[in-house]
Amino acid sequence: MKDFGYRVAVDVAGAVAAVAAEPGARFLGGGTNLVDLMRSGVEHPDTLVDITRLPLDAVDELPDGGLRIGALVRNSDLAAHPAVRRRYPVLAQAVLSGASGQLRNMATVGGNLLQRTRCAYFYDQATACNRREPGSGCGAIGGFTRTHAILGTSPSCLATHPSDMCVALAALDAVVEVESVRGTRRVPLLDLHRLPGDTPHQETVLEPDELVTAVELPAAEVAAVSRYRKVRDRASYAFALVSVAAGLVVRDGAVVAVRLALGGVATKPWRAVEAERVLTGAPATEDSFRAAADAELATAVVQEDNGFKVELARRTIVATLHRLATEGSAA
Amino acid sequence: MVEIRMRVNGAEVSAELEARVSLLDALRVRLGVTGPKKGCDQGACGACTVLVDGRRILSCLALAVQYDGSEVTTIEGVDHPLQAAFVRHDGFQCGYCTPGQICSAIGMLAEHAAGAPSAATEHVAGAPALTRTEIRERMSGNLCRCGAYNGIVAAIEEVAP
Amino acid sequence: MTQAPPAAVDTAGVLGRPVDRVDGTAKTSGAVRFSTDYPYPDLAHAALVCATVARGRIISIDTAAATALPGVLAVLTHENAPTMNPPRAVTLLDLSTMAASSTVNVLNTDEVHWDGQPVAVAVATSPEAAAEAAALVRVDYQASPSAVDFDAALPDAVEQKNSMLAPAGGSKGDAERALAEAAVSVDLRFTTPGHNHNALEPHGTTAAWVGDELTVHDGTQSIEWTRRHLAHRFGVPVSNVRVIAPFVGGGFGGKARVWPGTVLAVLAARATGRPVRLLLTREAVYRTVGGRTPSVQRVALGATASGRLTALVHTSTTLTGRAGGSPEQVVSQSRHLYAAKHMLLRQSQVTLDLLPNTSMRAPGEAIGTYALEAAIDELAHRLDLDPVELRLRNEPERDPLDGKRFSHRRLRAALEVGAARFGWAGRSPDPRSMRDGRWLVGWGVAAAYHPSWQLPAALTLRLSADGSVVLRSALHEMGMGTATAQAQIVAHELGVPFESVRVEHGDSALPSGPPAGGSAQTASLAAAVLSVCAELRGAVHALARRSGSPLGRRPLAGLAARDGGLFGPDGGETYVEVLTRAGRAHLDASVGGGSRLRRFADQARFMTRLALDGRRWVRAASGAHFCEVRVDPDTGEVRVSRWVGVFDIGTVVNAKTAASQLRGGIVMGLGLALGEHTLVDPRTGRIMNANLSEYHVPVHADVPELDVSFLDDPDPTMPLGVLGAGEVGITGVGGAVANAVFHATGRRVYDLPITLDKLL
Repeated sequence: MKDFGYRVAVDVAGAVAAVAAEPGARFLGGGTNLVDLMRSGVEHPDTLVDITRLPLDAVDELPDGGLRIGALVRNSDLAAHPAVRRRYPVLAQAVLSGASGQLRNMATVGGNLLQRTRCAYFYDQATACNRREPGSGCGAIGGFTRTHAILGTSPSCLATHPSDMCVALAALDAVVEVESVRGTRRVPLLDLHRLPGDTPHQETVLEPDELVTAVELPAAEVAAVSRYRKVRDRASYAFALVSVAAGLVVRDGAVVAVRLALGGVATKPWRAVEAERVLTGAPATEDSFRAAADAELATAVVQEDNGFKVELARRTIVATLHRLATEGSAA
Repeated sequence: MVEIRMRVNGAEVSAELEARVSLLDALRVRLGVTGPKKGCDQGACGACTVLVDGRRILSCLALAVQYDGSEVTTIEGVDHPLQAAFVRHDGFQCGYCTPGQICSAIGMLAEHAAGAPSAATEHVAGAPALTRTEIRERMSGNLCRCGAYNGIVAAIEEVAP
Repeated sequence: MTQAPPAAVDTAGVLGRPVDRVDGTAKTSGAVRFSTDYPYPDLAHAALVCATVARGRIISIDTAAATALPGVLAVLTHENAPTMNPPRAVTLLDLSTMAASSTVNVLNTDEVHWDGQPVAVAVATSPEAAAEAAALVRVDYQASPSAVDFDAALPDAVEQKNSMLAPAGGSKGDAERALAEAAVSVDLRFTTPGHNHNALEPHGTTAAWVGDELTVHDGTQSIEWTRRHLAHRFGVPVSNVRVIAPFVGGGFGGKARVWPGTVLAVLAARATGRPVRLLLTREAVYRTVGGRTPSVQRVALGATASGRLTALVHTSTTLTGRAGGSPEQVVSQSRHLYAAKHMLLRQSQVTLDLLPNTSMRAPGEAIGTYALEAAIDELAHRLDLDPVELRLRNEPERDPLDGKRFSHRRLRAALEVGAARFGWAGRSPDPRSMRDGRWLVGWGVAAAYHPSWQLPAALTLRLSADGSVVLRSALHEMGMGTATAQAQIVAHELGVPFESVRVEHGDSALPSGPPAGGSAQTASLAAAVLSVCAELRGAVHALARRSGSPLGRRPLAGLAARDGGLFGPDGGETYVEVLTRAGRAHLDASVGGGSRLRRFADQARFMTRLALDGRRWVRAASGAHFCEVRVDPDTGEVRVSRWVGVFDIGTVVNAKTAASQLRGGIVMGLGLALGEHTLVDPRTGRIMNANLSEYHVPVHADVPELDVSFLDDPDPTMPLGVLGAGEVGITGVGGAVANAVFHATGRRVYDLPITLDKLL
């Protein structure tokens, strides 16, 4: 890792101005992903603008009954927040299923949104990666792909988006507030991350000088009847092979509201729009759940090692919706 | 170079560091505080766990400059019944992960006492009891390759309120 | 620790007692120092540059940018590194030649023999500058054709020669024919992947030269071998090299040999004239320190309808590196475990352009027992026979292959005791027949088996007039509790309180201990401790006679060491009294060590005894694992929920540390069974999960309460009756888990690790 300039920002305006003024400057939050990537040689900023002292660490009630989460709220504080646990249990569970207690104490909400893939070929400088080095090729294709994506892939990139939190946020219709010297704008979470296409290095719609300042969760009845199910290779402290964020409201045996998002299987936090379409208004039965899962997974593209994810995702979706229908919320 | 001041194990220290120096290397190499261990330097093993203002963090992924003004406690500054409990229950073998396990356990107990749920908690809105399953989940960020997990859990269980 | 013993001390029971570790307080307070915790003035830091081709030559290496960085002291490559002697070939005349991990003289050659071989080392005033410099070194290679794909190379396998200490195969009768004619048979193919030790402490070295004298703090399991290896490589007398390793942060075989990092730290210190610390990155550990070989195994069993084995075939193919590696005895346990009438055991090997493989906890047996025990389970299923019962029916009286006697054999008892503790009788035999809520529940059993060794050891013992005893030996403490156990043996043998015994260890300035490998350290040291204690008792008695003690009038044979001295039926004297009367501050005794000639003689004696013992007895630790798993019927996630292990490790010296050793083996076995897999890209030979986040060792949440117990029955042929405990715990674990998963799901997984995708 090369050395770099370090500045502590004391207000948001100063932070965004500092990064805008210097092309090689980056925001530094908890550092859990960025420092690792810098040490691995994937990232090499000239300057880090430390934003952790900015007053963006509150969780506030919104007038419509939603929540506004400051970008610097630590993951552990988010998961422990009573309103999140009660009204958005899927989010608390998703955050708690990621990383470890120590990392969650460091990692921020904003940083979690911008986590980069854990693809081994992305990390390893000795192999090709279009995401790390545009145009260099994709080492994963023809290599080890067991953890790679089946949805949203392109011939350029199969890398899975690693965040658990984002999967829950995708299900919750979260909106991301960003600020720059040009002002404030709001980006729906579902529009924040890009599909790789032939420009996998462009991971989000944010400009380099835009700072995530908050995430807003709209109020929704379905958010409270929700849970997160993560399937992985160890009982804890591992990235998802498949994860499902789901919310379900059933009345008179029929689905009146459903939210479904997938992790571990896609190149970005994946809202299961097709599945939701199939399910809405359908009877809350395993058959419907299966049909919904099949509809969502119909476009899956598999590699040599990750074909199992189609079946695993199907089963995990069905099991999670079934559990919501029978046992209700994880709150 | 950036100048920082911290309290490390109760003592005021200051150091002039490059911004890229991790808190772990600041402690180990600059300050001679070698209790925290480097097992992976990538946030995957927990051996470098220290307490910053009472919270457990991984010092390998922490840039020291970010912790200017903080109170840092490493195993050398710990005086806790867990230590004797680890010995009684043989909660270690080689001892390399032990400083991290103990610091992590202290932080974990505080998190639990504050009512925080975990991924093992059935109903996240409630306050979970500290069962063995809860302890194991909450301590899963600390690897022990010698496999002393049973002893570690027993030690924590004995000391937990 | 210098307190005098009380007048009368009850030392009965010190052997076997679960005393706390002597280093417990130090390890829980941060006081223990590992190899990269030692401060030195002007300490420099080093970082490796590793090759990114599997085979070839360096055609250019550009260090200009690296060298220009502030703080960089040197960037050493094959173009400017000091010359070292190449590693010695392994010879039986000097076991320390086994220290060489490969034949490559790194940084003294432009040749590359594996992806990851170090090609440069950067030395700087800070670890950050060293790492940055290493990243800036640009290397161009001329790649040569290489073979790195294990599966593709299988047709090229050649028969494996015997390893130095163990035969490679064997046969009896006509196993293939017996198999064909058997009433019931199974013929199964198993595969296991490569594994890495992943001791939590990465390999680390702090090296300091003063003139031609070298001090090395090194995380090593082989202090004496390391010392001799370094002396040879750097062309200095052995007496000029001191290796210090009182505490090692886990080894598991990965620190038994000298890997490039150690040599390059010493080289960097030599080249820069400064003390140098090199703590390998986790990635560099994977790239420069070998691991366990992958394997393909065939296990074929034939039996009568009543479950008597008529045929047992176990063959294996493993890999080794073209530039080194050690053969693994994958079929070794199959020589001894079951009374089959006809047997065929064979091991083959392919040679690839990969990092040399090396011993990793129960090399061979860890994966061999998986295949054998899963096959036995499959046979039991086909026979509709309880798998414990099948094992009991085929429990041999003598070694099945050649009829040798077992030194003792308690496997039957281990199975029976384990079954009772586990509640095995409550097992419903059919697969998928047990449930707990939505979880599928399965119970599995497997045998554990690991041969026991003894290596030469030297040590000295000092008894002081204040009653304290100091044992000195360069023994290794990497978690086994060696110092604690040996202090217990000394206390037992001299009849003094445990607290009065101190052990100094982990320093080549002390008499040389055995390498910590093959589960042999405790027994090897025990032999030496027994003889040094006998010598010391003799010396006390002689001193008593000379100095007019009443003790001197009684024959030594009639005296017992107890209560802090030597006592007969009608009294005796404490050591303190004897030494005080004689005006002696202390008495010393020693075994082993000494001149080159004596070392050579000791080693010759050891090899002779090894051969003789090998002809007379089959000697091993054994045990039985009982495992309960829960499998999620939707996702195939496997959770181990219960474990009972009953072991015969001979005499138990310390019930607490021995149980921890066995649990540790089981936990590593859970990793082997369920998660661990070193991913070597078959296109390039490059390890693609060289980290701890994608190489899945078990975490807290993966490990249930492990109920471990011992039969505690001394082996009559081993010193103090001790058999090794370090490795037997991991053997059989893969089988027990696979068998439980089969019982839970009806699906047998023949390919480790048992990840959920194989159960969907």
